Amino acid sequence: MQQMHTKRRNRWLEEYIGRTFAVISGWLIVLITVTMIIFLAVKGIQSFTDSGLSLSDMLLSAQWDPNGTPPKYGALIFIVGSMLVSLGALLISAPIALALAIFMNFIAPKWFVSLLKPVLELLVGIPSVVYGWLGVTILVPLLREWFGGSGFSLLAGIIVLSMMILPTITSIAADALANVPMAYMEASYGLGSTRWQAISRVIVPAAKAGIATGVVLGLARAFGEALAVQMVIGNTIKLPSGLDSPTATLTSVLTMDMANTINGTPWNNALWTLALILLLISFFFIAVIRLVGPRKER
Amino acid sequence: MTARMIDKVWTGIFYAVAAAVIGLLMFFFAVVLSKGAGFWQPEFLFGRPSNTQAGGGIGPQLINSFYMLVVTLLLSVPLSLGAGIYLAEYAKQGRIVGFIRLCLEAMASLPSIVVGLFGLLAFVTLTGWGYTLLGGALAVTIINLPGLTRICETAILDVPANIKEGSLALGATRWQTLVKAVLPAAIPQIVTGVILSAGRIFGEAAVFIYTAGLTTPMLRWDADWSSQANPLNVFRPAETLTVHIWKLNSEGIVPDAKLIAAKSAAVLMVAVLLFNLAARLASSLLARHFSGGRRARRGRGERSKAA
Repeated sequence: MQQMHTKRRNRWLEEYIGRTFAVISGWLIVLITVTMIIFLAVKGIQSFTDSGLSLSDMLLSAQWDPNGTPPKYGALIFIVGSMLVSLGALLISAPIALALAIFMNFIAPKWFVSLLKPVLELLVGIPSVVYGWLGVTILVPLLREWFGGSGFSLLAGIIVLSMMILPTITSIAADALANVPMAYMEASYGLGSTRWQAISRVIVPAAKAGIATGVVLGLARAFGEALAVQMVIGNTIKLPSGLDSPTATLTSVLTMDMANTINGTPWNNALWTLALILLLISFFFIAVIRLVGPRKER
Repeated sequence: MTARMIDKVWTGIFYAVAAAVIGLLMFFFAVVLSKGAGFWQPEFLFGRPSNTQAGGGIGPQLINSFYMLVVTLLLSVPLSLGAGIYLAEYAKQGRIVGFIRLCLEAMASLPSIVVGLFGLLAFVTLTGWGYTLLGGALAVTIINLPGLTRICETAILDVPANIKEGSLALGATRWQTLVKAVLPAAIPQIVTGVILSAGRIFGEAAVFIYTAGLTTPMLRWDADWSSQANPLNVFRPAETLTVHIWKLNSEGIVPDAKLIAAKSAAVLMVAVLLFNLAARLASSLLARHFSGGRRARRGRGERSKAA
């Protein structure tokens, strides 16, 4: 009798401990996210509360000169740089990704798909510094030959990023296309359409919410990528005059300068504000995905 | 042009794009492996780096990368398994789960440099540790957590309902069912996911610059446990291989900085290849071992039909 009693208690304890651990882990995610937002927000607003900058000084001015007298902390160059480089990457990457997704779902023979999938997985797996290294070793000398100048440029950043976001967009677009009911394809075949007509006029429009999600996620990844971009974009603090001109991005300036500044100085505060801007932009992307993405049926 | 011809042209374009992407990956591997030829030499892989002369190795960086990976997995696998179990089994659907999912999405969308800067605030400055391997591991855990949680949750949800129902019907408690019936069936998917995210931790760089630092103390295996020179001490700065490549590129003063960067890139590429192969191998071996293949597939089919 005694033995049975302890056994039952152990089982209860196990049940209780297991459940508690699961609940704690679940809520830890909330705790970490909230802590991160609070920490970065507190540091990020010090530019306005402690160093006395105004929001328009920060967002609308292209004058970034922390060592000048008076020092200037306009972040427009970095914001514009980040936008141009990620939109440029999207312009190259999105059509290719969509083509790949269509190809994998409707056109490629099975063996080709089973070749393409691991290729995409490997492309995701290549570390960003290796992409950056490839950019510095192959792409930058090539651009130097074609356009003159140093080769470190907006275009170099765009090309490197476009390769990095290609697998992201492809896999999400491919999932979206796979979710379109086969009956759509059959119905348009039944009406006498060719495969291309069915794909371009029926399948892709039907999957456009999912494809848009992939595109926005790709854009978000491009926006947040730091080292690969920093290695090839040249990091000159000026607005780019063309595709072949070097510039800087939010992530690249954070990567380079945070270690050179002393905690609490206006320069340091301004960098934390840039980090906060990055955070807010990535939240903005989530909001967009929630708006355009397909309704989840769970 | 007739519709039929347009169709043919587009088919051709699709084939060309796909072939180009495959060609691109092969080109990347060819470039990295040829420029980094010789990376397999033991004196490079395990040798000490030199600050002034050519011919240094990447021994400490390689140790740091692997140790970082181990510590990160020790932190993130239990946590994400717990969170995945909570989301799949215990949490009531509704507002709270919706909120946790929103947090997961927010976490997943954060650029790794931003997480690194949070790490600088929380694990470097606030704790007073300075740049440490543990700080880096904690920060990269934050990056890793959303993906791994999702993997664990889907793996658990993909287990056929009849396995769970059978166990509950035999009088097992919820936790017993989970540990003895559901998790074993979910293990193949979880292991594959963990190996793939291990590859990503190994390749992560931006998050380490401001958490694990850009230096490594002179490591000695006979050093005291509390000494910074002890390789296993987690409270020491630890420059990983990825950060090493970045540093060589931006401020390398060694005469053969370029060659070391190329060889290190080759090591990383080979590691990525190995992680992917391992994930593939693990998923097919474990799936055969745990579920006998056919039955699991039939179970899943029933589930999707019911949905």
